[in-house]
Amino acid sequence: MALWEAATGEDTVAGVPARFVAAPASTEEASEVLRAAAADDLTVVVRGGATKLDWGMPPRRADLIVDTRHLTGVVEHAAGDLIVVLRAGTPLASLDLPGQQLALDLPLPGATVGGTVATNTSGPRRQAYGTVRDLLIGITVVRPGGMVTRAGGKVVKNVAGYDLGKLYTGSYGTLGLITECAFRLHPRPAAQAVVLRTAPAAAIGALLAAVRAEQVVPAAVELDAPAQGPVTLAVLVEGTAIGVRDRAATLAKVLDGEVTDTLPPWWGAYPWTGEEAGLKLTAALSRVPDLLGCGVALRGSAGTGVLYAAVPAEGAPTVVERLRATAIRAGGHGVVLTAPPPVRDQVDMWGPMPGLALMRRVKDQFDPAHAFAPGRFVGGI
Amino acid sequence: MTALERLATGLRSALGAGRVISDRQELRTYECDGLAHYKVTPGLVVLPRDAAECARTVKACVEAGVPFVARGSGTGLSGGALPHADGVLIVTSKMRTIIEVAPDDERAVVEPGVINLHVTHAATPAGYYYAPDPSSQQICSIGGNVAENSGGAHCLKYGFTTNHVIGAQIVTPEGDLVELGGRAPDSPGYDLLGAFVGSEGTLGIATRVTVRLTRLPETVRTLLAAFRTTDEAGAATSAIIAAGVVPAAVEMMDALAIEAAEAAVACGYPAGAGAVLIVELDGPRAEVEAQFEQVTALCDGNGAFELRIAADPAERALFWKGRKSAFAAVGRISPDYIVQDGVIPRTALPEVLRRIGEVSRAHGVRVANVFHAGDGNLHPLVLFDDGVPGEADRAEEVSGAIIDLCIEYGGSITGEHGVGMDKAKYMPRMFTDDDLETMQLLRCAFDPAGLANPGKVFPTPRLCGEVPRRHKAGETTPAELF
Ligand SMILES: Cc1cc2nc3c(=O)[nH]c(=O)nc-3n(C[C@H](O)[C@H](O)[C@H](O)COP(=O)(O)OP(=O)(O)OC[C@H]3O[C@@H](n4cnc5c(N)ncnc54)[C@H](O)[C@@H]3O)c2cc1C
Ligand SMILES: Cc1cc2nc3c(=O)[nH]c(=O)nc-3n(C[C@H](O)[C@H](O)[C@H](O)COP(=O)(O)OP(=O)(O)OC[C@H]3O[C@@H](n4cnc5c(N)ncnc54)[C@H](O)[C@@H]3O)c2cc1C
Repeated sequence: MALWEAATGEDTVAGVPARFVAAPASTEEASEVLRAAAADDLTVVVRGGATKLDWGMPPRRADLIVDTRHLTGVVEHAAGDLIVVLRAGTPLASLDLPGQQLALDLPLPGATVGGTVATNTSGPRRQAYGTVRDLLIGITVVRPGGMVTRAGGKVVKNVAGYDLGKLYTGSYGTLGLITECAFRLHPRPAAQAVVLRTAPAAAIGALLAAVRAEQVVPAAVELDAPAQGPVTLAVLVEGTAIGVRDRAATLAKVLDGEVTDTLPPWWGAYPWTGEEAGLKLTAALSRVPDLLGCGVALRGSAGTGVLYAAVPAEGAPTVVERLRATAIRAGGHGVVLTAPPPVRDQVDMWGPMPGLALMRRVKDQFDPAHAFAPGRFVGGI
Repeated sequence: MTALERLATGLRSALGAGRVISDRQELRTYECDGLAHYKVTPGLVVLPRDAAECARTVKACVEAGVPFVARGSGTGLSGGALPHADGVLIVTSKMRTIIEVAPDDERAVVEPGVINLHVTHAATPAGYYYAPDPSSQQICSIGGNVAENSGGAHCLKYGFTTNHVIGAQIVTPEGDLVELGGRAPDSPGYDLLGAFVGSEGTLGIATRVTVRLTRLPETVRTLLAAFRTTDEAGAATSAIIAAGVVPAAVEMMDALAIEAAEAAVACGYPAGAGAVLIVELDGPRAEVEAQFEQVTALCDGNGAFELRIAADPAERALFWKGRKSAFAAVGRISPDYIVQDGVIPRTALPEVLRRIGEVSRAHGVRVANVFHAGDGNLHPLVLFDDGVPGEADRAEEVSGAIIDLCIEYGGSITGEHGVGMDKAKYMPRMFTDDDLETMQLLRCAFDPAGLANPGKVFPTPRLCGEVPRRHKAGETTPAELF
């Protein structure tokens, strides 16, 4: 059987056409594919659910797409240990863990475990549970060239060797093909409630500080700010029925807001459509309000300092630079996650960052031929 | 003049008097860390005052081709800070400034030599604390914590050092100062900070650390439950977790550990207990009260014959005193001991404890168990008397057999103390050659010359000489220009 098939017109990565597509069904098959790809000098781009395959820079070349659609399923769910091991192509939405949860917010159906790890995406409840990097405890990766390697393991507490799971998290498929991930799980909370408050942008800083000052242990503190007009704050509390009732009441008082048991429709969704550039802006907590009132639609986790901005294509380069500068002054970063093709050509997607020289050396070590998603990542890595 | 003597002269004139120790007697103060059976007198000790001096020292080592080892407070239990006879020990004890406590940002910025507990002390007036709390928190340094990815009693709920460190300035093994991460989350690019935490001084030296501060909980409730057997205590632990409760801590001690603690600090644990659990819940009041009732009932239902609820902070402190002093206390019942640090899946606790008992009996070596039950992180204390010929070897065998058990059950050879010098030989039992080689790729990216803490963590480091195929030129993107 051939290791890969000819690509069709659909098989592009951020507009770059691929020549071949492989869909291995196991780590061993993936290893075989990548060994052959290296022998043939093929560049490789990994494809999960393709929900965000256009994130990052377009690859310089994409000879072979390795699709993870057959690399699916639960390898192991140790309920008593609150651990799950998943194959990388498993759609996150398909997980069914009675009484337990992999506390990564459910993105669009179709996003895979591997893609989520590779892009280090996280949603509202990062406030309570952390992000991929905090929940991932073990990883299996096929390195460029086909060598299979594991780091971490199946226990939450483990300091044997380097924590390479962190390195692969958010590496955008530039260091290898992730085939399996072990995560820690959390019990599903018995109850939840949301407290909503709408207020002018200028009032948000004080409201956020007021929430921080209370003993309410929010699971998420989100905001939705349209390009113009008032901002909506939504605070999620989770826990026991009685605890949630108590804390929601406190929040309602502090925020002068209303308690509901349904999440607002914008919850956990990015503020952009396909027409706009999508930015991720981060800031030190006390400086989150600095990001507001900048004339573009913002949404995200005010409680952890991560907001997403939708920038209209028209005039995007100027706005992106302004937003990025604001984020940097606020102690954070501004990254263009996605943008329509004409905008991509005009903006610096990743922005400046320290440590780039070391990052290049990491890439040189892990992927000496620069075969994996060349050019996708920071600094043209 | 030897290379080290030349280095000493150079550093003395660069850093000033009092920063460089070369007196043989003084050097011996630094000959070991908390794992005192490995001892090496360092070739030279340097005590930099700040990041620039630290970078200078490393640069000088690189130029001289001399290995260097970082040292914080020297409380490590795996020989990570064991010096090199022909190398430089860089000690951070003069870098103890808390640069900033910013409760509004929920951050503190500290120098690496700052003592763990001092961060909490500095943050408490503002209603915050630094969550990772190794039992050594009164003496260990933040730099050492970062290097070891230290844990503590409360990491079941709050996570480990790596979950609380969001930025660090490091001196790379080539002597360059580099910023990793920052004050805001999710720095773009590879998560080099995540890889640096837990790297045991082999990827460079942390010179400034930005940590997350955690809000002090509204309520803390602590329960001491006494059981006849470790099986029952293990079952109670599993039942608590299965009920969807995540306590701040679940700690277990077996009969021998209790005996030792009683002898040392008279903590007054229930008589006749084969095991005690300390279960602590913290958080908003209503939440904690509801769950505390549940936990109490679960302990009761799983065979607890006595339940004590701490009525006040003094009583809570007494519960913890027995637990926190257990390592040291073992000295009361045995002249020597090995602290093991293996991890197993929590559900395997009863079975593995039973098998540890079998190994202990088969070798005629006593093993006291005191550990983080919620995480499955065992700390068997293997007791022996160095004065009795053969006992040390038997203890070493038992200790190794316990590690093998941990691996057999899908666990890890170390949960918080690190690999260091002590466990490098066990790494191949847990990882394949390919896994270890992959870790070496990271090492080579940071430390091509292999000068940062060589001989630790990895049994056989590889040479970093291979020249990688560079990517094609002329493909610079705008980001590359910064
Ligand atoms: C709150 C929140 C809301 C979100 N909302 C949306 C939304 O509305 N719409 C939406 O489309 N997304 C949304 N996401 C983002 C979504 O989580 C990610 O885009 C998704 O996880 C990517 O998964 P994928 O399988 O589609 O990956 P792909 O899009 O296929 O790939 C993404 C990247 O990961 C790499 N990659 C994929 N799999 C692997 C692997 N196994 N090994 C190595 N590299 C790999 C690819 O090469 C590529 O660089 C949201 C996320 C959050 C946190
Ligand atoms: C009684 C006792 C109880 C303990 N309890 C716990 C516990 O509950 N949990 C736990 O995790 N550990 C525990 N430990 C182990 C120890 O305290 C931790 O490993 C601690 O993090 C070591 O810190 P240190 O400052 O003493 O580091 P050192 O022992 O000085 O060094 C440890 C390692 O860190 C490296 N290092 C030191 N500073 C830096 C730096 N600035 N940059 C880079 N590398 C550096 C060293 O090279 C070495 O490899 C205990 C130790 C004792 C003696």
